[in-house]
Amino acid sequence: MKHIDALGLSCPQPVLLAKKALAASPEGIEVEVDNTTACGNVTRFAENLGYKVAVTEANDTYLLAITKA
Amino acid sequence: MSFWKKHWQVIVTGLVVGAFAVILSASGNPANMGFCIACFLRDIAGGVGLHRAEVVQYIRPEIIGLVLGAMIAALIGKEFKPTGGSSPMTRFILGFGVMVGALMFLGCPLRMVIRLGGGDLNAVFGIVGFAAGILLGVAALNKGFTLKRSYTLPALEGYATPAISIALLVALVCFPALLFFSEKGPGSMHAPLLLALAAGLVVGALAQRSRLCMVGGIRDAAMFKDYHLLLGFAAILVAVLVGNLALGKFNLSMAEQPVAHTDGLWNALGMLLVGFASVLLGGCPLRQLILAGSGSADSGIAVIGMTVGAAFCHNFKLASSGDGPTANGKIAVILFLVVTAVIAACNMQKAKE
Repeated sequence: MKHIDALGLSCPQPVLLAKKALAASPEGIEVEVDNTTACGNVTRFAENLGYKVAVTEANDTYLLAITKA
Repeated sequence: MSFWKKHWQVIVTGLVVGAFAVILSASGNPANMGFCIACFLRDIAGGVGLHRAEVVQYIRPEIIGLVLGAMIAALIGKEFKPTGGSSPMTRFILGFGVMVGALMFLGCPLRMVIRLGGGDLNAVFGIVGFAAGILLGVAALNKGFTLKRSYTLPALEGYATPAISIALLVALVCFPALLFFSEKGPGSMHAPLLLALAAGLVVGALAQRSRLCMVGGIRDAAMFKDYHLLLGFAAILVAVLVGNLALGKFNLSMAEQPVAHTDGLWNALGMLLVGFASVLLGGCPLRQLILAGSGSADSGIAVIGMTVGAAFCHNFKLASSGDGPTANGKIAVILFLVVTAVIAACNMQKAKE
């Protein structure tokens, strides 16, 4: 699955990167962020598009696995 | 998830912000200025003597409350994180530009909404300019604009902005003789200290939890058809409108509005600059304060840029007044629009495959 590194980026870059990546890989991607705001924003964006989001927390970062619902 | 479950936090935050805005104005803040991040940072700049415009000097406790409220909420929610390193000098300049634009219009985006809710139709020109500026920022983002990533930094970096805020509060309460206080004009009009501080604390905490941002509303609607933050924007407007109508303080007009001028073109251009630069900063002035309180040194620098910008605006006659924009202010807004465009152009990263 395509991996998007959105660590440390300002709003709305994590969502923007996720948007571009999903357009290129509509079957799903994984996005890595390092704060709960980005986590929430990317999740909301993906869910609005009808995707399913699974979040795993590790070492101060959040890995969002975005797949078709 | 139901509509309410998805959006209640930002809607409630907006309603509370609007309610406090009306209460603060009724308790002594200038009319249609229950909150104004730009005006209040400018007043703080005056309070510590960075400028000597006698009518706008006062350490606004609301600002202190917003930063500390955000910090407390972030700490409780385990979201406090000392970060920084994302193009700090550029953020300083962008913050400076936001202030130049805001003082051209005589309000930050939050005050723009509050003014609209008070019946100030000049704010309509502001909103048009603001939305256009946001679209410019969106265009830059879509072309790959980035200030690069921030990194986790030592704890003190995160606590610096809250510490400075506490120092200002201590000065205000314990060493007022060191500070400047307006005896007339908007700087002399303020709600009681404890009320202003409490309002800031509550709003700061709610805004931290809900991520309320005046720029994010229009930006996300344009970029992602996501109306979540726009609901917060709308909730503020509704609360201010209802509150003003209830208190008989709603006055629909263009002329004779408090701390406002009727030059539509420059109201629009000022907010165009605010919208454009705020999108590049990643959030409106309120959001910068909240992020700074949550540990972001990048937002801390943006807030310093705004404060220094405010001082320059009054030292060099860039700020508007009720009589309208100044010639210097017009030059400054155009100059900073160019500067912001250059910043946007220089920071566009080609997409990595």
